[in-house]
Amino acid sequence: MRRYILRRFLQGLVLLVLVATIVFFLGRLTGNPADLMLPEDALEEDRVALIETLGLDGPLHKQFGIFLANALRGDLGDSIRHREPAVDVFFSRLPNTLKIVPGTMALALILAIPLGILSALYRGRMIDRVSGAIGVLGIATPNFWLGILLIYVFSVQLGWLPSARMGGPQHYILPTITLGTFLVAGFMRLIRSSMLEVLDSEFVKLARIKGLSETIVVWKHCLRNALIPVLSLWGVLMGGLVTGAIVTETVFAWPGIGRLTYEAVIFRDYPLLQAVIIMDAVLIVIINLVVDILYAYVDPRIRLAE
Amino acid sequence: MKNLPWTSLFIIITMLFMAVFAPVISPHSPIDQTLADKLIPPVWEEGGNAKYLLGTDVFGRDVLSRLFYGARVSMIVSALTLLVGGGVGLVIGIVSGYVGGRLDNLLMRIVDAALAFPAILFALLLAVTMGQGLRTIVIAISLLLWARFARVVRGEVLAVKQRDFVSLARVHGCSPVRIMVTHILPNVMNTFMVLLTLYVGVVIVTEASLSFLGAGVPPPTPSWGLMAAEGRGKISSAWWLSLPPGIAITLVVLAFNLFGDWLRDRLDPKLRQL
Repeated sequence: MRRYILRRFLQGLVLLVLVATIVFFLGRLTGNPADLMLPEDALEEDRVALIETLGLDGPLHKQFGIFLANALRGDLGDSIRHREPAVDVFFSRLPNTLKIVPGTMALALILAIPLGILSALYRGRMIDRVSGAIGVLGIATPNFWLGILLIYVFSVQLGWLPSARMGGPQHYILPTITLGTFLVAGFMRLIRSSMLEVLDSEFVKLARIKGLSETIVVWKHCLRNALIPVLSLWGVLMGGLVTGAIVTETVFAWPGIGRLTYEAVIFRDYPLLQAVIIMDAVLIVIINLVVDILYAYVDPRIRLAE
Repeated sequence: MKNLPWTSLFIIITMLFMAVFAPVISPHSPIDQTLADKLIPPVWEEGGNAKYLLGTDVFGRDVLSRLFYGARVSMIVSALTLLVGGGVGLVIGIVSGYVGGRLDNLLMRIVDAALAFPAILFALLLAVTMGQGLRTIVIAISLLLWARFARVVRGEVLAVKQRDFVSLARVHGCSPVRIMVTHILPNVMNTFMVLLTLYVGVVIVTEASLSFLGAGVPPPTPSWGLMAAEGRGKISSAWWLSLPPGIAITLVVLAFNLFGDWLRDRLDPKLRQL
């Protein structure tokens, strides 16, 4: 168990180093990085000071050393637009994103688990076809467009729900649906295929031969095992969630880190974008590590494989 | 050719036709602005004009013509990224799977890292550092694709490698490169074709999302994502700006996914869980 966690931890560390390296070198790809990191109207002495502190006139490996040392101290430069440390800007927006994530996850699980189970149990029947269609459609519809469509129907035409910004509970509905659709589709397909696999396995046949009721076979023997692969594919879905958050928050003018990423791009705020990407990577690594530990906890085959 | 997915094929062929013949079938220029004719609704709406079947945008540009040219952008980006990203993934998958050992281990760790990190963030970073443009977008989306291709192809190579004709070729004295090119490659081609089809949809959605976020093809080039982004602020008064490009994306992605599913079931049923 300890070795497994240690290995996962090291993998996360490798990812972080990789991300930091790529961010660093991309920033040095075009001309002088000082131009990327300072506002256009920056004073000459600010420029000189920045070149001094980041060692931009020194050799590349020294610059990289300074960059890593600063990053470890939580200093990823100052945002051009906000004129304050980029990491602080990131943390001031993070709570807003965290406010829509739980609802989205809940929605995704509440819809995806029953639909996935039912379509596996009634394979090829009506319910399977309908949820299959929902799944395919959910994947084919780009998030940003789903958001615009929902705004058009529920805000513009019907006037039921607000179309943008944060506010009361009704402000949460459309962003949650927009962000959740992708996850529902992904989860549902996963649960269906892993349920099908489990339903076909020896221990389920044994449970049926023993004469256990169908309810116990499905809910106790199958579902618990079917959910394990879902957990293991969490990492892939995380990527989708981050992408979805950027697009969804942009559509609904939701002041979270997704919207912040978009702002950093359109205002060409390089230090901010760099900070957002590195902080995202840190979050992803931490969450994946937690999921890996949970995974080992629910699946003894991993916990005991020393 | 039983059970051919006709609807999907029809949509795909229509899209290809739009992309190839955009200059011929477009009633207007997709870029030239006619400010006098701005924000005209589609022909069936009140105030519509038969000159502009799907209406015009804030700059008086014909939405239908932009839709046709947008198909072109989507197709060019798809073709280039699948060629670059898919090609790199194919080569790495074959080498990693065939050579095995430490190299395989190293390459697969890199693939894992690439899969764990959302490629869209790199795409945005590239757009800021390298500037927007076709080159940036192709590099960015290829970065997203290669790892996915490499992983599936590698799995396939591991199975092909065990077959007798590979051992025979080795006994015969073929060099590893020759074995990979003449014996392994043709046997993973089916999988590769299925992957190509299934990932067209991913590429189109990613390109549109990047353009929507202001990191894709630079304006005024019409891209479906960009059109939706430009129409977003006008959704309450002019729905015809952002709804048509979204419908186009959904239809085309749906068609490619269903066609890919069909192709997979025919060519490579093992990949069913993809």
